[in-house]
Amino acid sequence: MNLTLTQKTKPMKTIKLNNLSRILTGAGILIVSAFILTGCPSNQNMLDTSDAAQKVYVAPGDYDSYYAFLSGGYSGQLSVWGLPSARMLKVIPVFSQDPETGYGYTEETKPLFNTSYGFIPWDDSHHPHISQTNGNSDGRWIFINANNTPRIARIDLTTFETKEIIELPNTGGNHASSFVTNNSEYVIGATRFSIPYEKDLDVAINSYSESFRGALTFLKVNPESGRMNVDFQIIVPPFNYDLGRAGKGVSADWVFFTTYNTEQAHTMLEVNASRNDKDFVAAVNWRKAAELVAEGKGKTMSAEYYHNYYEGKQGFAVSKVNNEVTVLDTREVENFIYYLPTPKSPHGVDVDPSGELLVAGGKLATVIPVHSFSRMIKAIENEEFDEFIDGIPVLKYDSTIIGEVENPGLGPLHTEFDGKGYAYTSVYISSEIVKWSLETFEVVDRIDSYYSIGHLMITAGDNVNPEARYLLGLTKTAKDRYLPTGPKQNHPAQLYDISGDKMQLLYDFPTIGEPHYAQAIAAEKIMPNSKQIYEMEENDHPYALTRITENRVVREGNVVRVYMGATRSHFRPDNIEGIKVGDTVFIHLTNMEQEWDVVHGIAIKGVPNSEVLVVPGQTKTLKWTPTRTGIYPFYCTAFCSALHQEMQGYIRVSAANSNVPLTWVTGTN
Amino acid sequence: MKSLLRITTVLALFVTLSACGGETNTPDKKTSTATAKSESELTSFQLEHGIGPVVEPITLGELNMEWVEKGRAIFEMKCEMCHSMDNRVVGPALGDVLEKRTPTYVMNMILNPGEMTKKHPEAKKLLQEYMSIMPFQNVEREDARAIVEFLRTQSDS
Repeated sequence: MNLTLTQKTKPMKTIKLNNLSRILTGAGILIVSAFILTGCPSNQNMLDTSDAAQKVYVAPGDYDSYYAFLSGGYSGQLSVWGLPSARMLKVIPVFSQDPETGYGYTEETKPLFNTSYGFIPWDDSHHPHISQTNGNSDGRWIFINANNTPRIARIDLTTFETKEIIELPNTGGNHASSFVTNNSEYVIGATRFSIPYEKDLDVAINSYSESFRGALTFLKVNPESGRMNVDFQIIVPPFNYDLGRAGKGVSADWVFFTTYNTEQAHTMLEVNASRNDKDFVAAVNWRKAAELVAEGKGKTMSAEYYHNYYEGKQGFAVSKVNNEVTVLDTREVENFIYYLPTPKSPHGVDVDPSGELLVAGGKLATVIPVHSFSRMIKAIENEEFDEFIDGIPVLKYDSTIIGEVENPGLGPLHTEFDGKGYAYTSVYISSEIVKWSLETFEVVDRIDSYYSIGHLMITAGDNVNPEARYLLGLTKTAKDRYLPTGPKQNHPAQLYDISGDKMQLLYDFPTIGEPHYAQAIAAEKIMPNSKQIYEMEENDHPYALTRITENRVVREGNVVRVYMGATRSHFRPDNIEGIKVGDTVFIHLTNMEQEWDVVHGIAIKGVPNSEVLVVPGQTKTLKWTPTRTGIYPFYCTAFCSALHQEMQGYIRVSAANSNVPLTWVTGTN
Repeated sequence: MKSLLRITTVLALFVTLSACGGETNTPDKKTSTATAKSESELTSFQLEHGIGPVVEPITLGELNMEWVEKGRAIFEMKCEMCHSMDNRVVGPALGDVLEKRTPTYVMNMILNPGEMTKKHPEAKKLLQEYMSIMPFQNVEREDARAIVEFLRTQSDS
C-alpha cells in the first residue's frame, strides 16, 4: 500500500517572508525581487528509483564506504552512520546521560559532567569536528561543542567513547565550536552571547555595551594524548560570535569567526540585531596570538572552569578545577585580529580547499559574499581600514571582497566544497542547495531540500582534499516525509550524489535529536584502529578484578565494595549477605571476557540508577545506598549466551543494626 | 607455471573465503590460519592435534618453570572463570586434559576455539555437552604454550 500525504507546499517560506518584511522595512522589496530573480524554485531531480536504490544499497555483511558523524543537537549526543546506506552504527553519549550504557550514571563517567555550575547531565551538541593532519581529517578523535553550558568534548575514535570534557570560561553559549586548526594544534570555541567577562558579575542587563564582552577561546591539543587545555582567550567587542572555521593551505595560521548583533542589542534581537547592513567576519592570526601570549602580552584573569578527563586507560574520570585564564584584550594588544565587513548577519564562514576563499553566507543577505585571503593580507599591509573598534581594524569591504554569488536563493547559510572547483551552499528560507563555481561565482545547479536546510556536509568537504561523492543535507523539519509519528517528527537528512555535474537526491532518512553539523570520513581512516576489547593486562582501574579467585566483598566502615567478575554465564560472587540499610555499596563489575562484542550488564532491583553495561575487559562501578531490607535480585542485562537467563544473583540487605556477617559465595548451593 | 597457477588459485580461494563470511569477523582471525572447511576434510593431523595456528606437533621437554609461572598467571586471569582442575564449572575440568589431548590440540583449542567448536568432532561434542562456546581470550601463541606448561603441573598422575 502506498500512502500519499500531500503537503508538498512550503508554508515555512511564506511565514518567514512575512516575518522578514516586517523586520526589514524597506528591504522587503529587495528580498521579493531577489526571490523573483532566483527564478523557478529548484526541483527534486531524483534518480530513477531503482538507480538511486542501487547507489545506496550496501549488501548484508558489506561495509559502507564512509563513517558519518551527526551531532545530536538537543539530545546532547553524537550519532554515527554508515554512508551511503544510512545505517545507524551507534549513538555515542557525550553531553547527556545514557541509561542504555550507564554513561553518566556510573562512578567512572559521572565526573565528566562536572562544571563550575555543578553536575549538568545534558547539553546541546552542535558541531562535530574530526581531528586533522595537514588539513585533512585523520580519524584520531572527534570534538564536539556544548552550546548551553559552554564545553567541548573529545571522543576517542578507537573506542568511540567520550574521554574528556572541558568547560570554557567567560563564555555564554559556545556555538562557534568545536572546529580544529590544520594540524589540530587548537580547537576553537567562542561566545555566542556576550556576557560580563568578570566571573559572576551582577550588573544591569542594559549596561550591555559597557559591561559585556565576547571571548574567543583557543584550546591547545596535546598531539599524543589529545588532551585539551585552555591556552588563551581573546576578549573582543560584545557582538555575537556564532560560527568559526580554521584556515587551511595559505591561511593555515588563521581562524575566522562570523559575528552578528554588531548592533549590541540585548533584547528582541530578531529585530534589533538585524538593522546593520553588514556585520563582520573576525579574522584571527592564531599563530601570532599564541606568540603574543608566549611573550607575556596576555594578562591573567580569575575564572572558574572544570576539566574532566581520564588519567589512565581506565578508572574514574577526574575533575580538575582551573582558577585562571590568560586573555589577550584587543584594547591592549594589537595586530592579530581584524574585522571584515560582511552582509548581513552572516552565519558561518567556510574556507575553500586552497585556503584562499572565505565564504560567509549571510542569512539575511541576498548574495553570498566571498572574501579573498590574499587580498585581506594586502589590505592589512596597506592599512586599508574604515575604522577601529576596540583596537580591531575594520578592513574596507571592497579591499577584501573578491566576488558575490548572485541569486543564491533566500537565506544562504553554510558552504562546503567538492575539490573540483565548486561550492555547495545550504539555503534555509527557500529550502534548497545551490552549487556554484569558485571561478565565476555563478550558480550552476540547485536542488530542493526537505524542509528548511541548516548545515550541509560533503564527504571530507571541509578538508584540503575533499571527496566529491556524497552530500548530506541536514534539515529542520520532516512534516510529511515519513510515516507520521504524532505532532513531532524526527529531524531528517537527505543524501545526494554529487559525483556528476548535477546533484541527485538518493535517499532521505530520519535521524536522532537535531543534527546541526556533521562530518564524514573514509571508512579506512577509522576502521583499522577500532578496538575490539580492552586488554585485561592493561586494566589499570583501581577496583578491577583481574583474577576471578580474588572476587570479594570488603567493608570499610559503612562503605561496602563488591569486586565482581562477569563471564558467560555467571557473576562472581552471585550470593552476597551482610549488607545493611544505610551502607554505601559500590559494585565494581569487571567483564572478564576478551572476545569482541561480548558485553555484560548489571541491573539490581530498586536501585535508583540505570543499568551498567560493561564491554570486554572493562571495569564499571554502580553506586547504591539501599534503604529497605530484603532480598535484591540482580541479573545480566545483555543477552550474552544461551544461559544468559541463568546469569543472575541475590543480594541480602539487613537492618542497620543486624549482625548478619559479610559473606559472598558462588556455586555452592 | 603449473605450480604458479595452483598458488594463484589457492590465493584467490583464500581471498574469496576471507572476503566474505563470518569466519574472518571472529576475533580468532588474528591467530587462525587454518582453512579446514568441514569435518570430512580434516587431515589426520587436525584430527589428532586440532585446527589452528599450530601446525607442527609440539614436543614437551623438561618442565620450564618460567613458562609454568607465566602460564599460571594467564590461566588465573583469563581461564579460571570457567575452568577448574578437578570439577566441571562452565567448561570441563582440566586436571587431566593432557592425558586426553595432545599439547598441540590444547594450544589450538585455546587459540582457535571458534573454528574448533564448529569443525572438530571432539570439540563439537563438548560444545553439545556444555552448551557454552569457549571464547578466544586474546592470547598469543607463546601464551598458549605457557598455559600447556602450567597444565602439565596440574596433572593428577
